[in-house]
Amino acid sequence: MRIHFKTSYDHDIRLFQDGWQAFLYTALLALMVALPFLIDDFFLGEATNVLIWATCGLGLMLLTGQTGQASLGHSAFMALGCYTCVLLMEAGVPFILAFPLGGVITGVIGALIAIPALKLHGVYLAIATLALAILTDDLIVMLEPWTGGVGGKNAPPIIVFGLEINRWSSPVAWYYMALVVVLIVTLFYRNLLRAPMGRAFAAVRDSEISAQAMGVNISRTKTLAFGLSAGITGLGGALMGLFSEIFNNETFTFIISIQLLMMIVVGGLGFIHGAFLGAIVIAFLPQFLSIVSDSMGSNVAIPGLETAVFGVIMILFILFEPMGLYGRWLKIRTFLELFPFARKDMFRRQKSYLKTERLR
Amino acid sequence: MSLLTLENVTLKFGGLTAVNKLSMDVKEGEVFALVGPNGAGKSTVFNLISRFYTPFEGKITFDGQDLLKLPPDEVPSLGIARTFQNIELFDQATVLDNLLVGRHRLRKTNLVEQMLHLPSVRREEREHRAAVEEVIDFLDLQPYRNKRIAGLPYGVRKVVEVGRALASKPRLLLLDEPASGLSVEETQNMRWWIDDIRRHMGITVLMVEHDMGLVSKVCDRVLALADGAKLAEGTPEEVQNHPAVISAYLGTGDAA
Repeated sequence: MRIHFKTSYDHDIRLFQDGWQAFLYTALLALMVALPFLIDDFFLGEATNVLIWATCGLGLMLLTGQTGQASLGHSAFMALGCYTCVLLMEAGVPFILAFPLGGVITGVIGALIAIPALKLHGVYLAIATLALAILTDDLIVMLEPWTGGVGGKNAPPIIVFGLEINRWSSPVAWYYMALVVVLIVTLFYRNLLRAPMGRAFAAVRDSEISAQAMGVNISRTKTLAFGLSAGITGLGGALMGLFSEIFNNETFTFIISIQLLMMIVVGGLGFIHGAFLGAIVIAFLPQFLSIVSDSMGSNVAIPGLETAVFGVIMILFILFEPMGLYGRWLKIRTFLELFPFARKDMFRRQKSYLKTERLR
Repeated sequence: MSLLTLENVTLKFGGLTAVNKLSMDVKEGEVFALVGPNGAGKSTVFNLISRFYTPFEGKITFDGQDLLKLPPDEVPSLGIARTFQNIELFDQATVLDNLLVGRHRLRKTNLVEQMLHLPSVRREEREHRAAVEEVIDFLDLQPYRNKRIAGLPYGVRKVVEVGRALASKPRLLLLDEPASGLSVEETQNMRWWIDDIRRHMGITVLMVEHDMGLVSKVCDRVLALADGAKLAEGTPEEVQNHPAVISAYLGTGDAA
């Protein structure tokens, strides 16, 4: 077990606790950069898909994991980000501007939607956001002149500094683009967590009443979290639409929101790692299932199999590992670090009877 | 000079009068206690001061400013910090992070600066952490510094809550039953801390407490409440021996 001797305040502020941790993450980054040379184009495409899902997941994680507000409507923001970005590109705005701008516009609209929506708590907020997702689906169909309706829209070519990034002709460039986006988002996310605003998010999640007594403006904080979350998810949505090359209302159906929520729960709520681990599960599960069903000799796709398996995984995680994959990893790591002194009950969740009714 | 003044404050919930024409003033630098039987309205007075409730009538002023004009989240910016009777900490965060939330009102950087982690943010964080570290030293919280609240014993949580309030550098500290549920030793510690908070930090303390032993040792003045109205006010001995207070706690001889 490593013990950290802290000699300055910077020890608690900087990104990595010690040299070893910094080395591990640098190694991981190096692996990510080297990945295109290690695997073939098919799996590189899958890896890109993981990064895109992770970007969307980070967006929802900020809202649900950090600020404690459940949302089943994030597919709406993915759609919004995607259509904004593509419409801007079609209007002649270069991709390098249209992409962040799409995120910003989605964020602002998300914050505006949040102002009335965040008056609701818990399950009511989830239902309201679910309604938003379904409504967006219909809106895409109704706004056919702009969105192409059910017929969908072809993604315009992505040109960054004169270099065309195409999924088929330059999968490596696509992968690097997704990697850069997810790295920037992760860095911003991490920076927030070590600053007053990130702590205010956690304060709102754990106890609104005492957050207020400490001077945190609840509605402003929630609105900010919702806006930021929508913006990040919008970026992920834009990547997803562009990556699938042709997209319509079906690309951003409310099922995607549910998958997104499931993804961060399976990955581990409240951890950045959780968004990535969950993205790996979500992106590879369909492939895994088709490989399994192929090997069993059936070449007919079983309708609903994927959704059913997702559902079972979700239920198992909620029952047996509510902290998700990352939580499980933390337990394994502690076990190894303390070996042979780890005790079985170390992670048993204690019931505490200290909470009283909130002043709501 | 009085720091906090309540004038004729009345609060009703439906037909129940929770606080009835209460007037009191807390002077700068003193330790003031509210005592009274359960349901007397002590915590309600705290919730009025932190603006969770708005009184039907009456005035609340802090250092000459009208508190009733402020929303609850701006009350701390005047320098009023509080604890809760039933402990309202941020359970999933560490002790350190809990105390850092106490510094929320003193932040100077905005969201964009924080996202980019500009040097100004780093500088500010160091200041926050230096201040919080002083509180940790003061309250002997070093062993629990990086522990999550969810796993801590009750007595420690109680202290962390005081620490979080102190971290915001308040002028007035509201302690809602600081010694409830604490062992004799922990209560003893709480007593020294309250003394030090007043003497060395120059913070005015207003507290609700049932433990008369603690109250008589640390408080300058005591106000006894019953059914939302003032029964008696004065030094701890005066209030303890006041006939109205005795009858409120023990009942009158006639009834028996």
